[in-house]
Amino acid sequence: MGIRKTVGDYWTLLNQPAQYLSLGVLTLGGFIAGILFWGGFNTAMEFTNIEQFCISCHEMEVKPYRELKPTIHYTNRSGVRAQCADCHVPHDWTFKVARKMEASKEVWGWIFGTINTHEKFEARRRELAEREWTRLKANDSLECRNCHDFDYMDFTEQSSRARMMHASSLATGEATCIDCHKGIAHRLPDMTGVSAWQ
Amino acid sequence: MNKLQGPLWITVVLLLTSSVALLVRAGDLGADDDDDPGPSGPDGLRAGATLYQDLPAPVIPREIRAMPRPKRSYPEQPPVIPHSIRDYQIDINFNTCMTCHSRTQSPRTGSIAASVTHYYNRAGQPLGAVSPRRYFCLQCHVSQHEIDRAVESTFRDMEQLIIEEASQRRGRN
Ligand code: HEC
Ligand code: HEC
Ligand code: HEC
Ligand code: HEC
Ligand code: HEC
Repeated sequence: MGIRKTVGDYWTLLNQPAQYLSLGVLTLGGFIAGILFWGGFNTAMEFTNIEQFCISCHEMEVKPYRELKPTIHYTNRSGVRAQCADCHVPHDWTFKVARKMEASKEVWGWIFGTINTHEKFEARRRELAEREWTRLKANDSLECRNCHDFDYMDFTEQSSRARMMHASSLATGEATCIDCHKGIAHRLPDMTGVSAWQ
Repeated sequence: MNKLQGPLWITVVLLLTSSVALLVRAGDLGADDDDDPGPSGPDGLRAGATLYQDLPAPVIPREIRAMPRPKRSYPEQPPVIPHSIRDYQIDINFNTCMTCHSRTQSPRTGSIAASVTHYYNRAGQPLGAVSPRRYFCLQCHVSQHEIDRAVESTFRDMEQLIIEEASQRRGRN
């Protein structure tokens, strides 16, 4: 009885029109609060995009990060670098939130030690890699295309092998970047059974 | 006091002279080291320098991204790799080369399939996949770099020898 009464009291209070505040102040207040919340949320989300955050988790530093270091996306003649989030976090907001919610599961895995050793990482690598392949296949390698735009590729500058493939399968939309460029940033797991990759 | 003064002076003088002598000797030793060029290094890669000399490190050469397939010097030569192989993985999990050089992938990728010798084990038995002794492609095939030859090669291939011999014989007749 008591609880229901309290709840009922609060409801009447909240349901009443404001007595001392003008509608303007209310709207403005709501607006500012909204911005603060939105901004804070996005800032927090941006923070988790920083590479330092990604590799603060030991396994991420030892495996994916160290593997990335000798590759072209970490060191090249132009000095342009890709960070973890460039390839792994969608830029589009809804996709981004969806990926972050998925990532919360990974934090869970970290806390409870699902993948906390070299062996466990290697054992799960195929599964983790496949998740990324599926995602990139589904969005037509959107993250790659954020940096590499097909429309601006100069085939005369590309090697003959690249030109041949890009002018055929890629141009017709038959294949997308990740179909041919698996393992561009990390070591690949056992690839038995992955189509066109033996 | 007076009794001790004599021996004390002698000790001081002795100490001074011996340390001066040591210093001079040490200086000599240093000088000796600098002057001695050491035995001469083997000619070729280390041309002109001796074993004690430090030469400036050569520039790390750049990998050639693509080039025409060079001629093989003899039929059994493992052909050199005419393309970049940056970040290509060859390990227990995966062999990147075979994504293009396998029998099935070669037409699609425009590459030359690794020849049948790559599938024979040492008993001459053909296997279903690349033989373990041919798995690590870079043992025999090498990518090319922008670099001057360290040593000139005087190699002449069979055709050249045959031509030379033929012209010699013609000269004799
Ligand atoms: C942050 C921007 C960025 C993103 C995202 C990105 N790349 Fe790159 N990528 C680069 C840069 C910069 C280079 C090096 C250009 C150079 O100096 O030649 C490069 C080089 C490459 C190369 C050439 C490799 C070589 O050895 O020459 C490939 C292939 C490639 N990227 C594929 C991908 C794929 C596939 C993805 C998506 C999974 C991707 N990239 C995502 C910026 C990016
Ligand atoms: C049909 C297969 C295929 C697809 C699809 C494909 N590539 Fe490639 N790409 C290749 C091959 C083969 C090479 C040359 C070999 C290598 O670099 O490993 C290459 C080379 C490259 C290079 C280096 C250029 C050079 O001169 O060697 C870049 C950059 C690149 N790809 C980016 C991309 C991006 C970005 C996409 C998606 C928009 C893409 N590729 C889609 C097959 C493909
Ligand atoms: C150039 C794009 C690119 C960058 C930069 C990149 N990754 Fe990846 N990552 C991929 C792709 C593509 C896959 C899918 C597996 C594959 O093809 O290697 C992947 C897979 C993974 C996996 C799954 C396990 C595995 O090895 O396949 C993890 C974990 C991972 N990345 C973490 C990271 C971290 C941490 C960073 C930053 C240090 C990072 N990645 C930077 C493209 C990238
Ligand atoms: C993306 C596909 C691709 C990959 C991966 C690849 N190659 Fe090639 N390779 C080619 C193509 C295409 C040619 C033919 C080039 C030409 O005709 O100019 C070639 C040519 C060669 C040749 C010269 C053959 C001859 O008879 O002259 C050798 C040797 C070779 N590759 C070895 C390798 C090795 C070793 C690797 C792994 C480290 C590798 N390739 C990875 C596509 C590839
Ligand atoms: C033990 C040394 C050795 C290893 C390891 C080796 N090769 Fe070869 N390869 C050769 C020799 C020798 C030839 C030339 C004679 C022949 O065809 O057997 C050759 C020829 C080739 C050719 C040209 C074939 C043709 O028909 O003209 C290709 C392509 C090739 N190898 C690719 C590879 C690839 C890919 C790997 C790794 C899976 C590899 N090789 C591993 C020695 C080797």
